[in-house]
Amino acid sequence: MATDAKPGSTDEAAHPLASRDELREARYHRNGFILLFAILVVAPAVVYPLFLMQALCFALFACAFNLLLGFGGLLSFGHAMFLGMAGYVSAYAAKTWGLTPELAILAGTATATALGVVSGLIAIRRQGIYFAMITLALAQMVYFFCLQAPFTGGEDGIQTGPRGKLLGLLPLNGLAMYYTVFVIFALGFFLIHRVIHSPFGQVLKAIRDNEARAVSLGYRTERYKLAAFIMSAALSGLAGATKAIVFQQASLTDVHWTMSGEVVLMTLVGGLGTVFGPVVGAFVLVAMESYLSELGSWFTVAEGVIFVACVLAFRRGIVGELEAWLRRRRHKR
Amino acid sequence: MSISIPALMGQLLIGLINGSFYALLSLGLAVIFGLLNIINFTHGAQYMVGAFVAWFLLHQLGLGYWWALLLVPIVLAAVGILIERLMLKHLYKLDHLYGLLLTFGLALILEGAFTHRFGSAGLPYSIPERLSGGYNLGFMFLPTYRAWVIVASLAICLGTWFMIERTRLGSYLRAATENPSMVQAFGINVPRMVTLTYGFGVGLAGLAGVFAAPIYQVSPQMGSSLIIVVFAVVVIGGMGSIMGSILTGFGLGIIEGLTKYFYPEASTTVIFVIMAIVLMVRPQGLFGQR
Repeated sequence: MATDAKPGSTDEAAHPLASRDELREARYHRNGFILLFAILVVAPAVVYPLFLMQALCFALFACAFNLLLGFGGLLSFGHAMFLGMAGYVSAYAAKTWGLTPELAILAGTATATALGVVSGLIAIRRQGIYFAMITLALAQMVYFFCLQAPFTGGEDGIQTGPRGKLLGLLPLNGLAMYYTVFVIFALGFFLIHRVIHSPFGQVLKAIRDNEARAVSLGYRTERYKLAAFIMSAALSGLAGATKAIVFQQASLTDVHWTMSGEVVLMTLVGGLGTVFGPVVGAFVLVAMESYLSELGSWFTVAEGVIFVACVLAFRRGIVGELEAWLRRRRHKR
Repeated sequence: MSISIPALMGQLLIGLINGSFYALLSLGLAVIFGLLNIINFTHGAQYMVGAFVAWFLLHQLGLGYWWALLLVPIVLAAVGILIERLMLKHLYKLDHLYGLLLTFGLALILEGAFTHRFGSAGLPYSIPERLSGGYNLGFMFLPTYRAWVIVASLAICLGTWFMIERTRLGSYLRAATENPSMVQAFGINVPRMVTLTYGFGVGLAGLAGVFAAPIYQVSPQMGSSLIIVVFAVVVIGGMGSIMGSILTGFGLGIIEGLTKYFYPEASTTVIFVIMAIVLMVRPQGLFGQR
């Protein structure tokens, strides 16, 4: 019952692209970037900035997750540990050590990277389903650590005071905070895009599609997978640390296993292994959460239903379906 | 350090109880994984539903604990068969990860729906009369119900082991795990066996829920925290052998109990730490094959 259809592999992965198609893909990505960033620059004039900032933090988180699952074929069910732990450290650094926001974010990101090295070395020992279970268990361990450790404030979490001044100069209020988050997101997004289209990313995709063949070609696949894992952990940490600064708090919600599930869902809804999918998925889920928050536990049910629907009928996600539709249209012409 | 025997024995007993649940649930996971190649994330939720069905039988229909022991596994197995027929069977041709994602979604649906209906507070389920009270062993007090749970789950685990390793039906099952199409060629209805296996595994989870109802509060969250520990247990044991799952389950329960006595701060994380160590030393798990 084993199979070939890896998550995230599209038809393109199966058939090598002609160079004309490559050019077309590059053009599509460039247009997508321009459109996305144009929307994000003017968005705060129309949409509530706090909502946008939350969505951008989750979008970066989902993109980092997608780097690992969509391009590395590794399903981590414990990514909340990077988001949450980085959030705690950056909130603590800002509050107790009085660090400026950018240093607090760096501290959080560094912590998540270190956590990524340790958990990656452990988790990478197994593949597939075991990898998912191991990351979930490791994240649960981090959750219990955060519940008990003195510096996290247990059930209450950490409430930081004012956001402070960027580089000690610019107070992060209103739009200044929004555009800071926007720049952080854009940098992370570009980095991921560069990684995916670098030789490293090509090897990663080769490992996703056929690890045995990549090994036989002489690649040390463990190292590639570990590097992808650490990169994904670091970027998730960047998202979590930024989120903690924006919302001036860090809490247990962000290290809980439900958060790990949520980032899987965002990526799945938007489109596994697509460049823009996780961003779309994050905006959809955050919007859903803010509109359906009064539904309480029905929201959990709704998430579950979307999971089931995505797996059974909608595996390409929103952006994946869109891309498939565009491709079909092009071939008809 | 002076050791208080009653306290130590008390923690050991709790460890054995937890171990019974680890063993029962990891056994079900291993049986399902063997044939379906799916990690059943809904297992914890199905265990929770088992406890709720037992509660419902008692409080709405007046059917007591012994009826629950009989009816709950049947109800849950039926639900499982439905899930397999309607959803899981469409996933066998895809990557294993989709099975994990689908069952995770189902777990969210069940947990959300039960939280909505019953709230997060637990519901009490009283110990049946025949099993209340306890024995004074001199060095400790042994509640009858807890002794019953340990003995009963051990019996069920060994019964399952016997059925899979020593009977004709079990040999079909093991053969189908190795090579389903070959077994199918011999005229055995493999798809039906797959369906029934999933039903059986889910029934086991429901039965564990009935065992748990009088010990823990019956609450919508009782499954999700347990299932993550059980995943770690499965990684430590490796899913290759049935007996391995049983031994790992009970063994880790006991280790957890001892940790609760000697170093309580680590009791929630000890199993995960052991998992990390086992992965470094023997990645395929204690009883797993490469």
